[in-house]
Amino acid sequence: MILEVENLTVQFPTRRGVLTAVDSISFSIAPGEVLGVVGESGAGKSITGLAVIRLLEPPGRIAGGEVRLEGKRIDNLSHEELRRIRGRKIGVIFQDPLTSLNPLYTIGRQLEETILTHLPLSRAQARERALSLLREVGIPAPEARYRAYPHHFSGGMRQRVVIALALAAEPRLLIADEPTTALDVSIQAQIIQLIKRLAAERGAAVMLITHDMGVIAETAQRVAVMYAGRIAEIGPVRDVIHAPQHPYTVGLMGSIPKIGFQGTRLTQIEGAMPRLNAIPPGCAFNPRCPRRFEPCTRERPELLPAGTSRAACWLHAHTPAPVR
Amino acid sequence: MIFRRIWDHDLAWSFRRSPVTIVAAVLTLICVGAAALSPWISPQNPFEAAALDLNAAFKPPAWIEGGERAFLLGSDNQGRDILSTIMHGARISLGIGLAAVLFQMVLGVSLGLLSGYVGGRVDAVIMRIADVQLSFPAILIALLIDGVARVALGGERHEEIVIPVLVLSIGFAGWVPFARTVRGSTMVEREKEYVQAARVIGRRPMAIMLAHVLPNVMGPVLVIATIHVATAIITEATLSFLGVGVPATEPSLGTLIRVGNEFLLSGEWWIAVFPGVALVVLVLSVNLLGDWLRDALNPKLR
Amino acid sequence: MPILQLQSVSRDFDVSRPWLNRVIEREPRRILRAVDQVSFEVERGETLGLVGESGCGKSTVARLIVGLYRPTEGTIAFTGRRYQMIFQDPYASLNPRWRVREIVGEPLRHLPKPERRERVGEHLVQVGLSRDDAERYPHEFSGGQRQRISIARALAGEPDLLVCDEPTSALDVSVQAQILNLMAALQERLGLTYLFISHNLAVVSLVADRVGVMYFGRIVELAPAADIFTRPRHPYTQMLLDAVPDLGMTGKPRTPVRGEVPNPLAPPSGCAFHPRCPYANERCRVEVPQTLNGVACHAVEEGRI
Repeated sequence: MILEVENLTVQFPTRRGVLTAVDSISFSIAPGEVLGVVGESGAGKSITGLAVIRLLEPPGRIAGGEVRLEGKRIDNLSHEELRRIRGRKIGVIFQDPLTSLNPLYTIGRQLEETILTHLPLSRAQARERALSLLREVGIPAPEARYRAYPHHFSGGMRQRVVIALALAAEPRLLIADEPTTALDVSIQAQIIQLIKRLAAERGAAVMLITHDMGVIAETAQRVAVMYAGRIAEIGPVRDVIHAPQHPYTVGLMGSIPKIGFQGTRLTQIEGAMPRLNAIPPGCAFNPRCPRRFEPCTRERPELLPAGTSRAACWLHAHTPAPVR
Repeated sequence: MIFRRIWDHDLAWSFRRSPVTIVAAVLTLICVGAAALSPWISPQNPFEAAALDLNAAFKPPAWIEGGERAFLLGSDNQGRDILSTIMHGARISLGIGLAAVLFQMVLGVSLGLLSGYVGGRVDAVIMRIADVQLSFPAILIALLIDGVARVALGGERHEEIVIPVLVLSIGFAGWVPFARTVRGSTMVEREKEYVQAARVIGRRPMAIMLAHVLPNVMGPVLVIATIHVATAIITEATLSFLGVGVPATEPSLGTLIRVGNEFLLSGEWWIAVFPGVALVVLVLSVNLLGDWLRDALNPKLR
Repeated sequence: MPILQLQSVSRDFDVSRPWLNRVIEREPRRILRAVDQVSFEVERGETLGLVGESGCGKSTVARLIVGLYRPTEGTIAFTGRRYQMIFQDPYASLNPRWRVREIVGEPLRHLPKPERRERVGEHLVQVGLSRDDAERYPHEFSGGQRQRISIARALAGEPDLLVCDEPTSALDVSVQAQILNLMAALQERLGLTYLFISHNLAVVSLVADRVGVMYFGRIVELAPAADIFTRPRHPYTQMLLDAVPDLGMTGKPRTPVRGEVPNPLAPPSGCAFHPRCPYANERCRVEVPQTLNGVACHAVEEGRI
């Protein structure tokens, strides 16, 4: 396993109390695998990504659990040690390519800096490597574009540069947070393919965070569906999409419009995801769940085996839930 | 109930956490209170010539030998109690400062709204006037307007309306920051969908500017206003000190300092120093309040 | 008689550098043609979807129809009584300083207060909110609820035509489902006509009766929804459909997508799509295709596709 997350909890102390944005979640990613982390706004998926690389904005902090990269804990490292890991072992792609690149430096310079920071190469070697990276991500005529500034590129091209930057030091783990959301659909497809190919070639693990189930379907092998800071369901992509085991996932898949759908109304889940300061006891989804029964309001379910996936739902408990 | 809501509000919380701001607010309150209520609570009415007793002139402050309790901070060359003159003078200074800033606000915000919303030629003309005016120091502009008024109205008439003239001169000198800020915010708000929705509904531009845009651009205006009050008081004090402001018959703090200046080196230091200290305290407190307000209202720092 | 008719509508924007810069650097004026000779009709009671990627001009078309912009060329004929518009951003489309009753009541200012309050309450209930919500401020509501408030405001104007500019693009998928269902129910109940603009093909396939595909300011294909999604004729439509992520995971092979949208200030000659089109020939490079049978494509006309 490249990434192992165990019982990770992220909290935000505010003057009105402590908000738990991520509540004891666990997952792992193998080499060459793409794990999709999908959820709606407020589910905690971006926060999870930020927590793994320790880029949480204070006062947010990791309040529990462990994060292990290639077997070694990274959630308790000092800032200096973290700095060496970021970039070298973990590459990050954020949503907005416009703000991910420094507008004041040429892309060539930015690539070189990243390479030189993490790899023991000479400047000329770094340049060679940067050029080959640009070619790999599909930037035409990279020698000519080397001296260009970010604003000279279109959105899709910029995102390719960002991917090149993320891969520059040959990281073992790539975290991509909504990498295609700001791009047009035709460009999205190109970028998705690129991420998939590059990760597979390098045997890197990819954590793909997005709200777009379609992107997950095309890119990931496994998917974790998050709800209110918890994982509701996790399993192979095909199974989670076609045979969802958690009522939330069922509702979610039903709400997604698909071309070729014959009906006139989409499935709708009543209500809304609870705010962080108003998460109900027991299963967080229970107030909205059409299949709620007795234990759901009392006890929070663990991820229980459900077919080829695991779902945090008492419907899948084969032994009765503990009665108080 | 409403006290609880105010107490819990973000602003109140930020206020409570900053001892400097609390002190500044208390001081401002004292100064403003004393100034506003001066006709009723000052120990003496310093401007009633009949009540003055020349024998009481040049009394030092009460804690120094020769001083009296009746003249807590001493008396000036005409037997006026310094404390009372400070209170009355502060009243005038504050009055002019507030009125001038009110004028600046109305003029600046209106021009800024118009400039930002309408754009085009109107915007270009207003901004050029603003740019030109910004290249002159405020004092100079105030002096200019004041001087013109003196010449136009003649000495006696001018004396009668010196305070409105001062208000206008300081007012005209300081509208530009309001206009600029409001113009910038207006240009941002104008592109927002709620303004477009109002246009689709069919509201007229004037209605949109006043009912929709104005409430959303007023935030920074209050901060600027607070800081400008401090500046206006200083400007008025400077003008009075230079002799072109409020005359000595109904003096403001600046005039008091000018008058006291003559006696500074001959031993009666209290006539200039105490009004000076009062001016500093007043302006400093208002400035600190303005600083706090600016930081507290800045959404990025929250 | 269609409720809305656009004929050869174009809209230019002057994006020239400031006068001084132009004079010093001897630059010509720069005109951006955001909408180029667009013509279509909307029948009463139908939903016309307008799709395209960012920058294709669909939002500009919406704004032209409701009068936020004036057409540089062409005519827009509206034969209905009133139109209203719903915007994309639920956070920016409501005045944060106004209470909900003022927002929803804005089109009703000609009514006396008690009647206005009554109507505001009715419309709030109509969109799935409660009458008490009238006293609250927008920031107390979620994105989906704010869109409901926007819809209530639009309904208060008693429109026959509702122009919807990406009304669900900023919403979560489950919230989007609620809003789309609401809009469908309202259309049935009130006999509304919708012009529904979106970049999301799946959403449009759900709501629209007919669909217009826009590229670079022009309509490249206009056809009934059933046809467009099963038998797309224009190469761009085909490419667009191909690019939609395959949720069904049918493993369908995809034609590789080429190139990027060209710079709007330097539009390609002839057919705007020719640099990216696998079927482009010499004529495509030179001549702008006319719309025949709902498609503007030389290759289709010449029977090459």
